[in-house]
Amino acid sequence: MTGLATTFAHALIALGSVIIALLGSIGRLARFALTALGRLVRPPWYPAQLFEQMLVIGYFSLPVVGLTALFTGSALAQQIYIGGSRFNAAATVPAVTVIGIVRELGPVLGGLMVAGRVSSAMAAEIGTMRVTEQIDALTTLRTDPFRYLVGPRIIAAVLVMPALVLVSNALGVMGGWLLATGRLGFNSAAYLNTTAQFLKTDDVISSMVKAAVFGFFIALMGCYHGYHSSGGAAGVGRATTNAVVSAFILILLSNLIITVIVFGS
Amino acid sequence: MTAKIELSGVKKHFGHKVVLSGVDLAIQPGESLVIIGGSGTGKSVMLKCILGLLTPNAGTIGVDGSSVVGLSARALAAHQARFGMLFQGGALFDSLPVWRNISFALAGPAAERRAAAIDNLSRVGLGADVADLRPSELSGGMQKRVALARAIAARPEILFFDEPTTGLDPIMADVINNLIRTLVTDLKITALTITHDMASVRKIADSVAMLHEGRIVWHGSRDGIDSADNPFVDQFVHGRADGPIKMQLRKL
Repeated sequence: MTGLATTFAHALIALGSVIIALLGSIGRLARFALTALGRLVRPPWYPAQLFEQMLVIGYFSLPVVGLTALFTGSALAQQIYIGGSRFNAAATVPAVTVIGIVRELGPVLGGLMVAGRVSSAMAAEIGTMRVTEQIDALTTLRTDPFRYLVGPRIIAAVLVMPALVLVSNALGVMGGWLLATGRLGFNSAAYLNTTAQFLKTDDVISSMVKAAVFGFFIALMGCYHGYHSSGGAAGVGRATTNAVVSAFILILLSNLIITVIVFGS
Repeated sequence: MTAKIELSGVKKHFGHKVVLSGVDLAIQPGESLVIIGGSGTGKSVMLKCILGLLTPNAGTIGVDGSSVVGLSARALAAHQARFGMLFQGGALFDSLPVWRNISFALAGPAAERRAAAIDNLSRVGLGADVADLRPSELSGGMQKRVALARAIAARPEILFFDEPTTGLDPIMADVINNLIRTLVTDLKITALTITHDMASVRKIADSVAMLHEGRIVWHGSRDGIDSADNPFVDQFVHGRADGPIKMQLRKL
């Protein structure tokens, strides 16, 4: 009995330690985010850094986001056609494709692809700056690392992600249209007409909101893990992995929350 | 005379690891003080505490009589603006060309900042031809010189040098030592250098302090290090394995 009680106590201690560590991590992350946002309010601002980051995050992510959306839209249309045919509902392909792409797959897959490309790059760059003392050097050169490194990345990601997802949505729908008209025998004009009928303004707005939220988490995770990296090359590697994994989880979690709030009722 | 920099009872620990265990030290205006001590004795941590990059757990740090512990973000930025620092690895920004690294803290039009950068390059013996190169295109010695040019560009009151000759061949190390001595003398700057290199100590220092296990165990003039009646200094200066400083080695 004593042995069982001891084992139970150890399990409780272990569980408590995990919960305390988790809450500590959330607290540190929240403090980092609030510091970054607080510093954004007051000058100096660095517009050149902002434009550079918009280019890096937005323009250079276009190929990977666009191709992902195009292929996913085509595959989605094919699957809806196969599934719908069983219930004599193959005609729902354009409607379900546009809803699926705009409400979920466009922003989520776009967010995940950008997180894979951008969060890792940010964590690696800022992490390398940390371990080579470049961030300390910034401070001694009268430059606030939050304003110079973190702020422009967060603003750039929040601004360009909606634009990227807009393109992603358009290419996703186009992928479905290409497959449906080229392979499944759909009439082009009828397909586009049905797509337009089922595409609602609210869907597009929710897609943009999701994209902006995902952009915030993508940049925040990249900057946070890079900023706190330590231990040389291995530490930068860990920061990069942690940035991508945590960005993925936050994107999927926030997507669920937004979906339930917007479409749950 | 009020000390330019004064540390009193400064303690710093990271978790259970005690790095500084009560540092008392004063540096006079215009003095070039060199801190010697083995690896991991807390030299870099002490510099970062003075700069405000790290906050000590106990003790006071004053610059010109004003405390630098617990400053607001704005006051801390003003405090840090008084310093220039040469980091151990140079810490040059990889993404920027040499001239933008040097002029990073300077204000004004790009042409003026570029001219100022080239002027500072000439002070460290480099020509305008390196101004547009990236740090990765420079040798280790040239990177150190560019980092030195960056450290002095904003004409700071106080300069810190963290292991300025580490990783350099003896000739390049002597070039860097000469540059530091000349700059400190010409610009009348208060300088604090940390190093293991006794050649640097003899060239750069007006006075020397030895840090061991988080405390200053000796402080005296440069000429006094060879005759210091201190077993720690004696062992360090002569580079002997035997003595009061024990390296933590596993027995084979």
